[in-house]
Amino acid sequence: MNLTQLPLLEQAVFVIAALALMASFALLAQTRLTASIHSFAWQGASVALVTALVASINGIHHLYLSALLTLALKSLVIPWMLHRLVRRLEMEQQVESITHPALVVLTGAALVIFAYWVALPIERLEMAGTRNIIAVSLSIVLLGLWMMIARHQVVAQVLGFMSMENGLFLAAVASTRGMPLVVELGVAFDVLVAAVLFGVFFFHIHESIESLDVDRLNRLTEQEQQP
Amino acid sequence: MSPAGWGLALVQTLLFLLGAPLLAGWVKRVKSRLQNRRGPSLLQPYQDLGKLFAKEALMAHSASPLFRAAPYIVFGSTLVAVSIIPLLAVSLPTAAVADVIVLVGFLALARFFLALAGMDVGTAFGGMGASREMLVSALAEPAMLMAVFTLAMSAQSTNLSSVVQFNLDAGLALRPSFMFALMGLVLVAIAETGRIPVDNPATHLELTMIHEAMILEYSGRHLALMEWAAQLKLMLYGVLISVVFLPWGIATRMTPSALALAFGVLILKLMVLWLVLAVTETGLAKMRLFRAPQYLNLAFLLTLLGLFSHVMLEAGT
Repeated sequence: MNLTQLPLLEQAVFVIAALALMASFALLAQTRLTASIHSFAWQGASVALVTALVASINGIHHLYLSALLTLALKSLVIPWMLHRLVRRLEMEQQVESITHPALVVLTGAALVIFAYWVALPIERLEMAGTRNIIAVSLSIVLLGLWMMIARHQVVAQVLGFMSMENGLFLAAVASTRGMPLVVELGVAFDVLVAAVLFGVFFFHIHESIESLDVDRLNRLTEQEQQP
Repeated sequence: MSPAGWGLALVQTLLFLLGAPLLAGWVKRVKSRLQNRRGPSLLQPYQDLGKLFAKEALMAHSASPLFRAAPYIVFGSTLVAVSIIPLLAVSLPTAAVADVIVLVGFLALARFFLALAGMDVGTAFGGMGASREMLVSALAEPAMLMAVFTLAMSAQSTNLSSVVQFNLDAGLALRPSFMFALMGLVLVAIAETGRIPVDNPATHLELTMIHEAMILEYSGRHLALMEWAAQLKLMLYGVLISVVFLPWGIATRMTPSALALAFGVLILKLMVLWLVLAVTETGLAKMRLFRAPQYLNLAFLLTLLGLFSHVMLEAGT
């Protein structure tokens, strides 16, 4: 199957899915907090757009609703909540230092190759026109996981966790034409509740160690805290 | 290939030679306008080149023959590189002889001799500029090659003519790989031609310059050749981007009307592209040199994503 033989709308699905993958890499490499929250919002918006396009290609009406839900939650409400938290903790200017930025990104690239290799047998099932996206969504999941490992900042780790959820949602939409609406609603509110809980945790961590750098939690004594 | 094809290739190369200073003048003028200045006339680069050619070329005492030969080698290899690119018509005999990888090789040859010439006299600035140029190009070249490979995998040829022909035949297709390759190639082009934010072409401030530091010791016709080569290189990247990613309008047949149309469309595309260049240069500040690797990493990542999305999303199984 060649890309150019597909209708333009399905090509647009591929382009936007690729943009979601790019947003994952932007999240991985971005050291400024506000900018990474913006990248997360863009990823949410592109996943919502993919959902809407799949809905219009296949004429599935309940997918429009989940697209709208994704857009509202993942690209507006959760980024807004995170923004407010960051502003309240006065960390807008903070730049996290990644020790080996190039290495982190190249490992991400290796993960994409791994995801493609894993997804190859799935793609051979010839399920639907959008099956190629499974590899992309699997790599978004792996990149989110890698982000939680590689970064020390709590906010960055939470963003990695939420982008994993974006990847799962993308896989569900692209391969099975979306989950039942009840499941989607449940997952969406799960994510929302998680975001609220994470906010509470941010405050607690910030109060107890005066930083959001999780590596500091490894130190047991307070003597080490130098100015 | 027919003699008409070779004639066209010659005309195209001449167009490149004559057009490059004009485009340099155009970008300078637009930038001055954006900064509320009147700016030099469009023909100023020609006058500069003419003046430099008329002047005596001075040599440092410590200069070796290499220093004398370098401007000719740099200019010559840039000129050969330029002749490979389809400017007006798709089917070029020169493009059939050499493909994109040869093009990258010619540019690398020019850069190698430019850096050698920078170090030859033994001044501190020359060596500094050469080392910086090598830093930038060592990181930019993989990204450029990766973008080239993405194009080549789609068109199944590294020949520029076939790539352009493939794009023309495919018509309007949304390709994620081309989108990423375009973004990466634009970043590479800005770094390689020494524009803001990697290098500032208008500065002679000692600590920040890259390209200017290497040609600091040149004067007269040598300096003119070096500057002309830099202008050619800028035009080369602009034409490469506009021809590969927006090929519409280029002549597929050798009729005068098709060639005239291609010429008009080309001027329009280049003017718009240079307008965008001037606007971004006015809006951005030059980066610290130590951030250049990050910038080029981004370019490499984008082109790598282009390759991935070609394999993952586009290639038929």
